[in-house]
Amino acid sequence: MLSIKNLHASIEGTPILRGINLEVNAGEVHAIMGPNGSGKSTLASVLAGKEEYEVTEGEVLFQGKELLSLSPEDRAREGVFLAFQYPIEIPGVSTTNFLRTALNQVREYRGLAPLDAVKFLSLMKEKMALVEIDQKLLSRSLNEGFSGGEKKRNEIFQMAMLEPMLSILDETDSGLDIDALRIVSNGVNKLKSDKTATIVVTHYQRLLDYIVPDFVHVLYNGRIVKSGTKELALELEEKGYDWIKEEVDATATR
Amino acid sequence: MSTLTTSDSFSTLLATAPTSFAPLRQLAKESFLAQGLPSLKAEEYKFTPIAKKLESTLTNFTPAQPFALSAEQVGGAIIEGFEGLLLVFANGYFQPQLSTSLEGISITRLSDQPETQLGSIAKVEKDPFTALNQATFFEGIHLSLPKKTQLDQPILLLQFHQANVGQVISPRIWIEAGDFSSATFIDHSVSLGEQPYFVNKVVEIKGGINTHLTYLRLQHEGNRVIEVSNLETDLQKDGQFTSVNISLSGDLVRNNLTLNLLGSNTVGNMFGVYLLNGKTHVDNHTNVDHTFPHTESHELYKGIVADQSRGVFNGKIFVRQAAQKTNAFQQNNNILLSDDAIVNTKPQLEIWADDVKCSHGCTVGQLDEDALFYLQARGIDKINAKGLLLHAFAGEVLDKIECDSFRNHVVAQIQERLGSKI
Repeated sequence: MLSIKNLHASIEGTPILRGINLEVNAGEVHAIMGPNGSGKSTLASVLAGKEEYEVTEGEVLFQGKELLSLSPEDRAREGVFLAFQYPIEIPGVSTTNFLRTALNQVREYRGLAPLDAVKFLSLMKEKMALVEIDQKLLSRSLNEGFSGGEKKRNEIFQMAMLEPMLSILDETDSGLDIDALRIVSNGVNKLKSDKTATIVVTHYQRLLDYIVPDFVHVLYNGRIVKSGTKELALELEEKGYDWIKEEVDATATR
Repeated sequence: MSTLTTSDSFSTLLATAPTSFAPLRQLAKESFLAQGLPSLKAEEYKFTPIAKKLESTLTNFTPAQPFALSAEQVGGAIIEGFEGLLLVFANGYFQPQLSTSLEGISITRLSDQPETQLGSIAKVEKDPFTALNQATFFEGIHLSLPKKTQLDQPILLLQFHQANVGQVISPRIWIEAGDFSSATFIDHSVSLGEQPYFVNKVVEIKGGINTHLTYLRLQHEGNRVIEVSNLETDLQKDGQFTSVNISLSGDLVRNNLTLNLLGSNTVGNMFGVYLLNGKTHVDNHTNVDHTFPHTESHELYKGIVADQSRGVFNGKIFVRQAAQKTNAFQQNNNILLSDDAIVNTKPQLEIWADDVKCSHGCTVGQLDEDALFYLQARGIDKINAKGLLLHAFAGEVLDKIECDSFRNHVVAQIQERLGSKI
C-alpha cells in the first residue's frame, strides 16, 4: 500500500529525514518509535503533505500513486489520514460543519454523491459511539477549549468519518490518561481491517499494549536503524533508547 | 488648510446649491471653505489621502442629477428574502413611485420639512465633508417614526448611484425616532456604471427615549468610486443603537460613525467587517461619547485585507467625568492576505471618569497556516479551507446581524468574494 524509498526531507535547510525506507501492506500495523528529535513527527507530516518540509530526495508510492506530487487535500482524498499530535483549535468553525464539508469533498473526489443532512447525521451518530464522543462537543468550535483527551478522541472520530486506507497516528497517546487511551485505542482497533493499514508514531511502548503492532521500527537521526516485532518495543521500554544510539553511533564512527 | 484649489474645485457645486435651508447652507459653506479639504497632516485623515485622491481624479465638481430607474432594476437589486418598507433613491433623490409606504411612517422630502434642525447632530464644524454636504445637497429625505412604533420588518434604503467623472452625489438622510419606537434600517447602495464619481453622504439619526434602532449598511460600490459618509446619532435615556457596516469595494471609502450617548442606560453597538482586495482603501473612524452614567458601548471591527488594499481603523471612546459606571469595549482584528496589504489601526480612549470598565485591543496577523493545513489534511481544498477560516473570522461580526435577509445577503457576497462554497 505504502512504499517509502530513500526519503530525505529538510526544514529550512536542516536535514531531518536522511533516507527512510519502509514498506507497509494492507492489514498491517507499523509502529514507529524513537527518541525525541529523531524525525518521527516529521515523517508523519511529510506523508500528509505539510509544506514547511522540503523533500530533497526519494519517493513515496501510495497505492501505486506518487504521493509526494499530490496536494495535502488530494492525499486525504486518496485515503491518507493524519491524526495530529497537536490538533488545531479553529474558532468559529463547528466540527460538524467542517466534517460535512470535508466528507463531501472527499466523496466528490471518489465519485460519490454528497451526503444530505439526514444521512450525514446518522453516519455521525454511528461513528460517535465508536470513540464515545458527545454530540454537544461536535457542535462547538473545532477543538476550541477541548481537553487533551477530547481533542484526540475528535481526531479518531474524524478518522472514522473519513474512512481512510492509511491512518497515521502521530503521538496520539501523548497526554492521555488511561481511560482516554483505552477509548482512543478501541476506536482505532475497531476501524482496522485487512484492507487498511495503520502507522503508529509513538515515543512510549504503552500505546502498543492497546494497538498491537505487527512491526516496530526505530527511527534515529532521520533513519530507520532497527526493525522488529512488538517484542522490540518491550525491549525499548525496558532498556530505553541509549543502547540503540550507542550501537548506531559506533557503526557510524567505525 | 483652506486653499484656492479647494474652493475652485468646488465653486460650481457650491454655486448650484438649491435655496432650501438657505441659512444652514450658508453656514455650512463658510465652514467648508474655512476648513478646506483635510490634508495628510490632518490627524483625522492621516492615513487616508482624500484631498489628493479627489483632486487628482476629479477637477471641477458638479452635482449628479437624478435619473430614471426601471421597476426591473429596482426588483433586481432588492436583497433576497427581504420583506419590509422599500425606499428607492436615484443619486440621493427619493423615488416615491418605486417605493412602498407604511401607515404611520412619515416619509417626506427634506425641503418639505423646513423646520428640520439639520446639522444639529452632525455638526458642520466637525468635518469638512459634513459641511460640504450640508451646503450643497440637492434633495434629502426626512423619515419619522411616531412614538411607540415597533417595526417588525426592516426599512430598506436602496440607493442607486449613476454619475460621471467629477459628479458629486450628496445623499442626506434625517431620521427621527419617537420615544419607545424601534426599527431596523438597511442602507444598501448599488453602483450603475464604472465612473469615478464622488459620494458624500450624511445621515443624522435623532433617537428618543428608549428607542431601539439598528442601522445596517453594505458598501459595495464600483471600484473607482470615492465615498465619504458621516453617520451620527444622538441617543436619549434607555436608548439603544446598533450600527453594522460591511465594506466590500470602492476606490477610497471613509466612514465616520459617531454615537452620542446623551442619557443614562444607553447602549451603543458598532460592528463592522471590511473585506478588501485590489487597491481598495477603506477607513473606518468611529467615535462614541459617553456623557451619562451607566452607559455601555460595544465595538468589534474585523478586517480581511488582500492584494494592495488598505484598511484603516480608528476607534475613539470618550468617557466624560459624569459617565461613571460606563462599560466600553473595543476590538479590531485584521488578517493580511498579501505582503502588499496594509492595515493601520488605532484605539483612542479618553477617560475622565474613575469608576468605569473599558477595554480595547487590536491585532494584525496572517491566516493561520497550521489551521489551513489541518483543514487540507482532512480533504478540504485550499480555497475552501481559506474561505472557511476567513468566514469564521468575519463570522463573529456577521452573527451579530439579527436581520436574516441582510445577514444572508452579506454572507453570500462574502462567500462569492472568497470563492468558497461553504
